[in-house]
Amino acid sequence: MSRQHIISLLLENEAGALSRVAGLFSARAYNIESLTVAPTQDITLSRLTLVTVGSDETVEQIKKQLNKLIDVVKLIDLSESFSLERELVLVKVKKNDAIVQKIEALEGDSLARITDETDGYLIIELSGETIWLNEFLSSLENELIEVVRTGVIGLSRGERALTL
Amino acid sequence: MELSGGEIVIQSLKDEGVEFVFGYPGGCVLHIYDAIFKQKDVQHVLVRHEQGATHAADGYARSSGKPGVVLVTSGPGATNAVTGIATAYMDSIPMVVITGQVPRPVIGTDAFQEVDTVGITRPCVKHNFLVKDVADIAVTMKKAFFLATSGRPGPVVVDIPKDITDPAIKVPYHYPEEVSMRSYKPTVSGNIGQTRKAVKLIQAANRPVIYSGGGVILGEASAELTQLCHTLNFPVTQTLMGLGAFPGTDPMSMGMLGMHGTYEANMAMHDSDLIIAIGARFDDRVTGKIAEFCPHAKIIHIDVDPASISKTINVDVPIVGQVKPILLDMLAQLESLNETFDRARIGDWWNQIEEWRAVDGMAYDKTTGTIKPQYVIEQMYKVTKGEAFVTSDVGQHQMFAAQYYPFDKPRRWINSGGLGTMGFGLPAAMGVKFAHPDADVACVTGEGSIQMCLQELSTMLQYDTPVKIINLNNGYLGMVRQWQEFTYKSRYSHSYMDALPDFKKLAEAYGHVGMQITKKEDVEPALREAFAMKDRTVFLDFLTDREENVYPMIQSGKAHNDMVMAPSSKYKKESS
Repeated sequence: MSRQHIISLLLENEAGALSRVAGLFSARAYNIESLTVAPTQDITLSRLTLVTVGSDETVEQIKKQLNKLIDVVKLIDLSESFSLERELVLVKVKKNDAIVQKIEALEGDSLARITDETDGYLIIELSGETIWLNEFLSSLENELIEVVRTGVIGLSRGERALTL
Repeated sequence: MELSGGEIVIQSLKDEGVEFVFGYPGGCVLHIYDAIFKQKDVQHVLVRHEQGATHAADGYARSSGKPGVVLVTSGPGATNAVTGIATAYMDSIPMVVITGQVPRPVIGTDAFQEVDTVGITRPCVKHNFLVKDVADIAVTMKKAFFLATSGRPGPVVVDIPKDITDPAIKVPYHYPEEVSMRSYKPTVSGNIGQTRKAVKLIQAANRPVIYSGGGVILGEASAELTQLCHTLNFPVTQTLMGLGAFPGTDPMSMGMLGMHGTYEANMAMHDSDLIIAIGARFDDRVTGKIAEFCPHAKIIHIDVDPASISKTINVDVPIVGQVKPILLDMLAQLESLNETFDRARIGDWWNQIEEWRAVDGMAYDKTTGTIKPQYVIEQMYKVTKGEAFVTSDVGQHQMFAAQYYPFDKPRRWINSGGLGTMGFGLPAAMGVKFAHPDADVACVTGEGSIQMCLQELSTMLQYDTPVKIINLNNGYLGMVRQWQEFTYKSRYSHSYMDALPDFKKLAEAYGHVGMQITKKEDVEPALREAFAMKDRTVFLDFLTDREENVYPMIQSGKAHNDMVMAPSSKYKKESS
């Protein structure tokens, strides 16, 4: 049975490290739904978070193959523990009252806000769990001009942490 | 000591104890070649094609256990080396490949002889480096050797831009004694609890099979494997890569398993209730149809690479670590049991195996007057007393060599098992000869494969590395033809070889001895004559039976108990 896994890893901050991870997925025909990478406070390390879908056996193999890459220092499967996941989305729409009301209704949850208004066009900034974002975006389906997503990042809750 | 980048490359090799570098010069490695010229400790071997360099280094590594070293230039030098790098990667062979790169300021500008070597080789190396600073060369070389030779071995590429090897720029040289990498900590000893579970399964087994692979040879654990087999009196089958780890002539050996494995090995796997996989990776040529693989068996799997565990076949007791310490641990636990594991304990199982063995599934027609390829290998076994190092190319001849030349020692059988690289055999044989100058070395090949790296005949003359080339010449790309016979109703699409060279004359043109053997009765005398010429490379062109097949054969997608058997075997007589 296939399900979604969020895998987060610490990667040596070396040229080509990202291509080793991306290359592994294409070479072994694994799914990759999103991938996001950025430096950490430790300048020698990057943190990469990816979302993949596969059976337990496949995901187990993905994790083993990732761990085998010399540039991968440490890895955590956020889906195996109680974790928090977030994704940031920017959406461009033409301004209308219905949309403004819809966003203003959400603002109390700090999940959505109008970040820019230029020449009658709005940029809406949304953050939250992927499922909620997908639902929200489909509710605006006919209004969407442009959408950009960061891909999922996450942390495990409580004491568990991905550190050296 | 202050050295230039080029000198650091060579000094690092010296400090690493490297004897031979197989290479080919070119623009981006000229500074390094100048450093080679000025010293005598590291001997450079000038090949005729970079693919030959990688295969020769590979043959050297496989036969000696030491890492092979290659030096090639940028661009085409690096791309020509790729097939050999991929060959070593698939068989986990330790190798360090130094490639020249264009100077740093022009990287990315499509400079002359520029390719993205790190990008091109990334999927077929254990790791690769692009060195960007002359001060990093020594430590990168150390890391390269450490990675290549530890854990599950493999090739490592070190790409060095020309400008950091400039003789005018000198930096202090220090070669680290050892190096540690926070992201790379290969497992050594296995989990004792897992070994205990394995021993419990061993105690309960009625129809056990030991299935051992190339990892036993890479892990230098042949003695421990042999001791385990003799302690347990369990039947043993070995993969193509594992042949020689356990003596092939031992009565407990069932020979090779898989696509062209013996009848007894494949039937035993299918009916087994316990598989003990040791340094083997359940390759598709071994397993056949996954869904019907060893349907009744519990599986113990010992492997140094955690990613090999349950990759294609789910195992019951995985033990991750080096084969040798794990087997020693297992032997100690077995000894403390005070239990007798004699042959009688699994007497019924052995009786069944002997019945299968008696079928003689790979028997061939010995009455015909034509030269059967199997006959040539048998005679070669006799003439070399089973002591030769045998390399092979890829195809029918490779399978005949694996089937008819039982190896009693590890590192004697050298072939491209994983990638299946035609052209491997001849340069590999040359590499073996550098590691073992006094040994008999034979390259078993065919008229198709031999033409893929033939140019190394010239290198072999230059460096005086005499080998015996056993060319099983049937005028067909034999294995392709066999598949076409079995699955394409004998539509032999482009599997023939027309306009073949006169191999005898060709060998002579390269300064070697050439022979053509057309009669069965001449096979043995020709082999005796050739192997008696210790200081000459001899090309023996055997014109063999044109349409002989390799049997038994598990066709693609079939299970172990579903084999096409040799027409000459007793199997046919029983069933018809």
